[in-house]
Amino acid sequence: MAFNIYICGVGGQGIGVLAAALASAAEAAGHRARGCDTHGLAQRHGSVSSHLRLGDDALTPRVPEGRADLVLALERLEGLRGALYALKPGGTLVYYDTVYQPVTVRTGLRAYPSAETVAARVAELGGKAVGVSVDGMADPRMQNAALLGRLAALGLVPGFTREALRSALADTLGGRNLEANLAVFDKAAE
Amino acid sequence: MISLRELMTRRDAFTGLTMGNYALARGMAEAGLRVATSYPGSPTPEIGAALLSVPAEERPYYFEFSTNEKVALEIAAGASMNGHLSACFFKSVGLNVAADSLIQLSMMELVGGMVVILGDDPGANSSQNEQDNRHFARMSYIPMLEPATPREAREMFLEAAAISRRLRMPVFLRLTTHVCHARERVDFGPLPEGLPGWEPKFDTKNGPYVPVARTVFPLKEKALRKQEEFGRLMEVSAMNRVFPGPKSPARLGIISAGLPALCAAEAVAAAGAPLDVLKLGCTWPPPADKLCDFMSARDEVFVLEDLDRVLETEIKALAFDRGLKCRIHSRKGPADLMGEMTPPRAAAMLASAWPEHFKAPPARAATEEPAARLPQLCPGCGHRSAFHAIKKALPPGAITVADIGCHSMGFMPPYEMGTVLLSMGHSVSTGAGLALGNSSRKVVSFLGDSTFFHAAMPGIVNAVVQDSDITLVLLENGTTAMTGHQPRAGTGEIGDKIPLPRLLEAMGVRFVRDVDAYKQAEVSAALKEAMDHKGFAVVIARHPCMLKFMREAKAKNPGLKSSRVAVDQSECARHYTCVAEFACPSFVRHDDGSVTVHPELCIGDGSCVQTCPAAAIVREKPGEGK
Repeated sequence: MAFNIYICGVGGQGIGVLAAALASAAEAAGHRARGCDTHGLAQRHGSVSSHLRLGDDALTPRVPEGRADLVLALERLEGLRGALYALKPGGTLVYYDTVYQPVTVRTGLRAYPSAETVAARVAELGGKAVGVSVDGMADPRMQNAALLGRLAALGLVPGFTREALRSALADTLGGRNLEANLAVFDKAAE
Repeated sequence: MISLRELMTRRDAFTGLTMGNYALARGMAEAGLRVATSYPGSPTPEIGAALLSVPAEERPYYFEFSTNEKVALEIAAGASMNGHLSACFFKSVGLNVAADSLIQLSMMELVGGMVVILGDDPGANSSQNEQDNRHFARMSYIPMLEPATPREAREMFLEAAAISRRLRMPVFLRLTTHVCHARERVDFGPLPEGLPGWEPKFDTKNGPYVPVARTVFPLKEKALRKQEEFGRLMEVSAMNRVFPGPKSPARLGIISAGLPALCAAEAVAAAGAPLDVLKLGCTWPPPADKLCDFMSARDEVFVLEDLDRVLETEIKALAFDRGLKCRIHSRKGPADLMGEMTPPRAAAMLASAWPEHFKAPPARAATEEPAARLPQLCPGCGHRSAFHAIKKALPPGAITVADIGCHSMGFMPPYEMGTVLLSMGHSVSTGAGLALGNSSRKVVSFLGDSTFFHAAMPGIVNAVVQDSDITLVLLENGTTAMTGHQPRAGTGEIGDKIPLPRLLEAMGVRFVRDVDAYKQAEVSAALKEAMDHKGFAVVIARHPCMLKFMREAKAKNPGLKSSRVAVDQSECARHYTCVAEFACPSFVRHDDGSVTVHPELCIGDGSCVQTCPAAAIVREKPGEGK
């Protein structure tokens, strides 16, 4: 059976880098990788998602509803949304615990979920929620590196070792702020 | 990770993990493409990004983003008539714009070959409809190939280019959103050595190229004969493949194409169902003998496709013509004709025909949806500032008309600006229609500047000539922002500058005001004056796209710290204008009722400062605050 990873966040958070690094790590770990990104509206602060499926029996690029082994989110509300859509019973949500309020919350029409609410609702799905945060980041886009670091420590994906994810991150970023990103990765992996 | 430029210029064969649009662009280079054109639109603009990644002087091909899809198609057609292999690519609805010339193409002897690439959008991920462009293939006598993966996008481009060049006819390559944006490992071939030269080979002996009166029929006959010839090639093409199921006496099968075919194959494998899937590579003209062989060997088939009943209609007609006994199942009512196929959806559809082999997947327990997060105008967007000022200046009952572009997001709360939308460039003319016989409700139309050049100029000339009593607000951000900042005509990025006020005046517009969208009092005043003006009036609300501006500034100066605004808590009177009316995503409302500024989102543009009734929004210097 394919191992399905559903990646989500808010447009502008740099989800593309996360998805590319995971795809590269997947291949390095010997998996056949298929996936797809959202483009177009991705920059406009809407919900965005990216899909990665590992294994020969995944012929199509998107993670089917309710079939994700892992939901990786760059923001808390998007983590909850992603888990409700995609997480399968027994799966894990790993989210960076930052808050970007959507319009409905800012205008007082809807409530923003607490970390406890997220944990409780994911438990109702038969899954587990893990929040990640790292202090003192120079650039919020380094939250990507923090998620990858924690993912390495949790060991949820076959073959996604600390070394594999670290070198995939380096490969994807090229030279861009590499040392600072790797420091965030290491801190989150402790 | 391989850079785009390396992907496009590496001479030898290699393999790389990449997305469909990039794989296709590399395929173009491998095919020896000479001319490519486009107007940017999701899901295809990344093909342009790949083509542009090679510096202009090193490109073995010519590429341009043209002013609209019709222009793009005509340039590619002209180049092909001159002997150069050409391609154009656009979004699904882009084909409507190009249709007037497209429909003539099959009658033309396209000496160099020409591939028309479509990015259809089942699921309306980024389009205003789900139009099924497979219908266009039938109407225009242009064959259509449908890749399902990045690997196939490259392979089928090479195939389409080769046949197109040989038969001197246009060929459609129809991708869908999640083929364009899918990512997988693709094997690439070498780049060709020694491309043909640029000498113009246009010759009327290859024509005639003027389809009028008596020449129409021989040209049409030629088009129909080429279409038949293409169909014969497709009967034996390796692009049609069968995914065999487990051996069984059941004699069942599925006929499909593109990504839906892979959804079917995945659903069949997951269910362990005894079915074979015939995946067609070419859907127009459908390979009749191949289809008949598949159906003759089976008692029942299911035709599985996205959107309209295109394959289904062809296949049922074919089975009727040939007197086949095979039972043909198909999708049910409207719900099945909308949205995009997934393996679970395929399983649910197949379960309607064969409940013994497929179980409809269990529905997810209904839970309360979390707060929606719709796309928004970015922090610092000039459109937000303009909308905020315009909303204040509009009289009750005013009708606002939107056009395509970032500003169309203004229809959502809290702005609710732009409440009718048809297509690119429609807003002036739809507004003029809304103004006919209407002396009680003001009509204000919005338009972006890329769309202005794309399709709005005839409507503007019409409004001038008829002196339509409407106000056009031209939201000028200097780029094609929605699709990723492709250059538009007239900014000076490509070609010379074309200043909008001068152009409008030259077109005969008598009332033109040009204001900075950040200066809200001036925007309001100009709008009121324009609405009071009897007849057609234009207000240009101008501000550069700040997403582009900040990216370029940070690229030039990587250490750049943007300034920010802050809410002075001692002054804040909790009017909530900033969060609820101006509604920049940077403002955060806390449970205790206080409002602060999100440090990761604010770019310090300060367009919000003027909106606070309590004057509590203050500018911080770079580095201040947290």
